[in-house]
Amino acid sequence: MQCEQCHEREAVVHLTQIVDEQVTTVHLCERCAAEKGVEGAGPPAKTPLGDFLAAIGKGQLGVPVGTVELMRCTTCGASLQDFRETGRLGCADCYRTFELQMRDLLRRVHGSTHHVGERYVRRGSAPVTAERAQDDLREQLRLAVETENFELAAEIRDRLRVVE
Amino acid sequence: MIDLTLLADGGLGWLDASGPDSHLVLSTRIRLARNLAGRVFVSRSSESEREAVVRDVQAAAGDTVLLRQAARFRLDRLEPLERHLLHERHLVSRDLAGLGAEGRTRSGAALLMQDRVGVMLNEEDHLRLQALASGFALEAAYASLDRVDTELGQRLAFAFHPEFGYLTSCPTNVGTGLRASVLIHLPGLVLTKEISKVLQGLSQVGLTFRGLYGEGSEVVGNFFQLSNQTTLGQTEAELLDHLGKVVRQVMDYEEQARQVLLRNAPAIIEDKVWRAYGLLRYARAVSFDEAMNLLSGVRLGVGVGLIPGVSIYTLNKLLIHAQPAHLAAAEGLALDDSDLPIHRAHLVRRVLEDDTGRSR
Ligand SMILES: [Zn+2]
Ligand SMILES: [Zn+2]
Repeated sequence: MQCEQCHEREAVVHLTQIVDEQVTTVHLCERCAAEKGVEGAGPPAKTPLGDFLAAIGKGQLGVPVGTVELMRCTTCGASLQDFRETGRLGCADCYRTFELQMRDLLRRVHGSTHHVGERYVRRGSAPVTAERAQDDLREQLRLAVETENFELAAEIRDRLRVVE
Repeated sequence: MIDLTLLADGGLGWLDASGPDSHLVLSTRIRLARNLAGRVFVSRSSESEREAVVRDVQAAAGDTVLLRQAARFRLDRLEPLERHLLHERHLVSRDLAGLGAEGRTRSGAALLMQDRVGVMLNEEDHLRLQALASGFALEAAYASLDRVDTELGQRLAFAFHPEFGYLTSCPTNVGTGLRASVLIHLPGLVLTKEISKVLQGLSQVGLTFRGLYGEGSEVVGNFFQLSNQTTLGQTEAELLDHLGKVVRQVMDYEEQARQVLLRNAPAIIEDKVWRAYGLLRYARAVSFDEAMNLLSGVRLGVGVGLIPGVSIYTLNKLLIHAQPAHLAAAEGLALDDSDLPIHRAHLVRRVLEDDTGRSR
């Protein structure tokens, strides 16, 4: 998004104001915002990581600068520099590669590093037992009935009858 | 032109004003960010890797109960106008619709949608599961989303970390990957100039707000999307409960503000809402922003019982169909046609006339 003041630089400050009894959001680049005396007001920009990103890998997080800069994720090839520029990680393994930095970042952003919500249990690669196949079908039947997909429910019921 | 009739209610069931508190809350939406284990995230993925994501997820979805009949849209194969349409219906994000500066979609950008639950593919994350509900309905929206998440999670391998939870491309979404938003109309708080205080208060309780079209969008027509800021360290239920409580409180403030307006300045409010109605009934050219602001005034008038005979559902429909891409598609015009304001005024006149005609 372009700055609405100079139409030159990327807008990073999104300021919500009330003009004429209407709420409008003004999008400004850092310089124009500073000229208007605005400091990062309004809703967060696309990457609400601004300050956190700046701090990452700059020796402020307990790791000497040189080592961190050289680190690359062996799976996707992403570096901390890439992350700092885009605010996006390259793959799930980046969380292991840059664990120290991520832990610190998560603590600052979320106030926690511990997921306490639903735990994902991936269905194992163990062979499908007859019992589990039946359980799966029963679960599908329950969902089909719940969502009033009666045609599908009848079909699943037939399949259950065969395996039971 | 894409066939939106493939979708139940054209994908617009969420605005039928049948949900709780529909006079204040337009819709509730919840999304879950998920990535496939063993595949690089979208920002670093190649075209073939993104195709593989589409293939895997479509195969898994075909095996589920809740997405097996999902309508499929390949955003990367649609015309700009068609992508705008999906975005204006709030079914895909700006990013997925490729409506950013470069105006192009990422290859592999796709949407699966059945009933009021959908999955965006190759958005910022491999999967963005989303549920839409009419009115203020956090529990109902989450319940349907959770079931789809479970069904897909059993058939796919999601990237999950024992400590951090679901892993996402941006660390701001890690953990639950859950972002819940409530789209709420707050003209009373804007008119009484209390809105800044309320919005500032949000950030102090870990919530944030956006405009009508989500991330990075402007506030138009006094519509605000209130949503949770953090996704880690609290359970899904806690996140939803907290957001729900704050929204409830904001709704109370809004009702109070409306009472204050009616008590202290009844003539001014009455003039304001009827003036908005009058303009919409008789104007011959209306820009989108103006239409949104006038519709906000009429919605307020309907909400406080000053304007009879107009239904919230009608106003919701206008909110969608008065948008540029919807108008352009309906009239067979280009998105940048300079006559759109004229067609918009005509549409609004006709729809409001119908509504009042029925009630009298
Ligand atoms: Zn500027
Ligand atoms: Zn990586």
